[in-house]
Amino acid sequence: MTPRWILPALTALAFVAQSISAHAATIQITMENLAVLPPEASAKIGDTVEWINKDIVAHTATARNGDWDVMLPPNKTGTLVLKKAGTVDYYCRFHPNMKAVLKIEP
Amino acid sequence: MMFVRLSAAIAAVSLLSSAALAQGAKPTDPQIAHIAYTAGVIDIKAAKQALNKTRSKEVKAFAQDMVRDHEAVNKQALDLVKKLKVKPEDNDTSRTLSKNAADKLAELGKLKGAAFDKAYIDNEVAYHKAVDNALETQLIPSASNPELKNLLQTGLKIFQGHEQHAEQVAANLK
Repeated sequence: MTPRWILPALTALAFVAQSISAHAATIQITMENLAVLPPEASAKIGDTVEWINKDIVAHTATARNGDWDVMLPPNKTGTLVLKKAGTVDYYCRFHPNMKAVLKIEP
Repeated sequence: MMFVRLSAAIAAVSLLSSAALAQGAKPTDPQIAHIAYTAGVIDIKAAKQALNKTRSKEVKAFAQDMVRDHEAVNKQALDLVKKLKVKPEDNDTSRTLSKNAADKLAELGKLKGAAFDKAYIDNEVAYHKAVDNALETQLIPSASNPELKNLLQTGLKIFQGHEQHAEQVAANLK
């Protein structure tokens, strides 16, 4: 038996989800020739970061504070939805000479 | 201890450069391709030995990274020489590199446990330093084909990453 409130509740949820995604942006960051471009990026909570790995080797986007660790296979893209504010230094675990900063605003 | 490692690194660097310099003239593109490819094969063999011997999770992960990256770079190198119709040419530097690597494999083969881990990672630091130095000062400046030069430059950045990664693992093993 489905409770009577479930349909309006789902509709409301869908509406909320839609309005969030309408405001959330996608920030693209490229990894090419072992460089992170741009090396400093800004985003807001709810935004999606899309790392595009254009190299022939795998990279990672690994937060120094341990918040996230995104695998980026060669010629593939990895994404992360931002959930926590702060200035996060991140690097590639496989090639620690690749370093960058992501500023996440509330 | 410090001196042993340092002198090993210097010996590795000077072996690479003196072997290349022994040929007098700068290496040709077919020779450079052979040297770069050989250097990659050597590191893959060392990593496979480590995968068989180590029990350290971190050393194992590092060795897996070395196999994956060097295979990817060498595949790119093979594709490029094919495209350029260049036939890699064996030379004194490649031969010296292979001979030294075989000796090192035998030496490390006798070690076990933590002693092996330390010797493998220390050698990875020294080896990548030597290869990076050879790429920077000899192979890249000598390469005449722009695509080959480009691949060597990308390789250098990847291997500099390995050097730093190996240094981190070495620090954690202490």
